[in-house]
Amino acid sequence: MDFGPFLLLALMEGLVTAAVLALTASGLSLVFGIMRVVNVAHGAFFMLGAVLAWFVSEWVPGPPALSFAVALVICPLIVGGIAALADTVVLKRLNYEPEATIVATIGLLYILEQAALSFFGPDARPVPAPLNFRIQLPWFGYSGYKLAVVVGAALVLLAVWLILKHTRAGLVMRATQIDRDTARAFGINVDRVYAGVFAMGAGLAAIAAVLIVPIQQAHYLMGGDPLLLSFIVVIIGGLGSLRGTLVAALLIGLSDGVISTFFAPTLAKIIATLVVALVLVFRPQGLFGKRMA
Amino acid sequence: MLRLDGIDAGYGAVRVLRGLTLSVAAGEVLCVMGRNGAGKSTMLKTIMGQVRATAGTIDLDGTRIDPLPAHEVPRHGIGYVPQGRRLFGDLTVAENIEIGLMTRARDARVRDKVLDLFPRLRERMGQISRTLSGGEQQMLAIARALCLEPKVLLLDEPTEGLQPSMIALIRDTVVALKSTGVATVLVEQRVDAALSVADRIAFMTGGSVAETVPAAGLHPNAAHFAAYVGV
Ligand SMILES: Nc1ncnc2c1ncn2[C@@H]1O[C@H](COP(=O)(O)OP(=O)(O)OP(=O)(O)O)[C@@H](O)[C@H]1O
Ligand SMILES: [Mg+2]
Repeated sequence: MDFGPFLLLALMEGLVTAAVLALTASGLSLVFGIMRVVNVAHGAFFMLGAVLAWFVSEWVPGPPALSFAVALVICPLIVGGIAALADTVVLKRLNYEPEATIVATIGLLYILEQAALSFFGPDARPVPAPLNFRIQLPWFGYSGYKLAVVVGAALVLLAVWLILKHTRAGLVMRATQIDRDTARAFGINVDRVYAGVFAMGAGLAAIAAVLIVPIQQAHYLMGGDPLLLSFIVVIIGGLGSLRGTLVAALLIGLSDGVISTFFAPTLAKIIATLVVALVLVFRPQGLFGKRMA
Repeated sequence: MLRLDGIDAGYGAVRVLRGLTLSVAAGEVLCVMGRNGAGKSTMLKTIMGQVRATAGTIDLDGTRIDPLPAHEVPRHGIGYVPQGRRLFGDLTVAENIEIGLMTRARDARVRDKVLDLFPRLRERMGQISRTLSGGEQQMLAIARALCLEPKVLLLDEPTEGLQPSMIALIRDTVVALKSTGVATVLVEQRVDAALSVADRIAFMTGGSVAETVPAAGLHPNAAHFAAYVGV
């Protein structure tokens, strides 16, 4: 293949990575932005989404498209439910103390991974893609499903943005983020907002996982990379800034696609980590973050 | 209407309020005065459930509100204008108002009534509230609290740092609310502002009310002000 088409292929692969990463990282960013909780278990929620998608594909009869649609609805709900429970039972009791919540979510990460190991087993398992067509470009054919993933992720992100900016629930979340004591003085049940936001963050990771699992296979340790990359994206974009998260996800995703294709995936991760170090040195609040007092 | 009885409260191990007792009736304006650190703001935060009372009771119209979670207190009809305003700074004027309305599920009719009191806000509904002038911010803080049609209004130094015309507007607002039967607790440091609206003045020192005096009987040079406020 010539350089031009090869680059195009690399960029398309990067776009898929970016789309899924943007979804996963926006969940992490939302939770940090509104609750000031660094959720180390975020990758485990991602993994759980993928593993549950496999179970759904096994149990729901009929064509893959049907079981996929079911998984897309059910998995985020189950994962979100588990997250809301973890928030109420664990994080709330810790009063959301930053150090304590980090330790607690590390614990949650291990519990979820061990649970997945027990019920799902140590093997990677494939989930069939809901659609199987190739888009034939002049130079190469490309998976139609991968493009559908990009469109799907963009739609979900658009929905998140609409919820935050244009609904009552979003207004309540933003008010809670700004000043939780004053929010309470106006009848806002902050505990419920936190449980909802934690569920929403985990649910976004689960949606991302359901979208990616037909490409990647489900495995009980698959949460590590998304967690690391989400942290990278959220730090570069600016903690708590959704717009920054999107831009950084595109940046990291596309460069990951290009560098992995032309050089090696490991080099892509090394460079991403270096970029984080540089951002932390020269712009600690991130590209779009506000400086904190 | 609202009655605090023998309240102890504080932050962690530090006790700020000690056996504080006071009450305010419907249609009454109770001014609370006292030196910096006397515990005036802590008293209002305790009413709102943001600071927990470790002893004593808070009673609103025959219902004990001190055991309630903080977010349920305003739903019983207590509007709060905190010291320093505490607007949702990144939200617009309209959004701050919206949150006030949501507290007790009030509709556009209430919003219009409140905005009639502060026409300057109506012109600035889309503005980010952090960028309002100090006077406009205070109007918004009061408007937000009035959006829940409170039975009891708590105002914590609303005239702090404002020019005379703004202070007069706030006084007129308090007087208008009084005639509709709202019970007002007004924390105020300025003697003239206090005397112009108060029915009674409660003087706080060391976390409790030392004396409560009818405002009508007080001269601006009264020894009370020198003793409890230091002016
Ligand atoms: N969040 C807090 N944590 C610990 N101590 C606090 C806190 N807030 C207030 N205090 C202390 O409680 C005491 C009373 O404070 P409070 O704000 O109630 O005083 P105030 O009468 O409102 O004073 P001012 O006139 O300056 O507003 C002070 O000694 C203060 O240092
Ligand atoms: Mg004060």
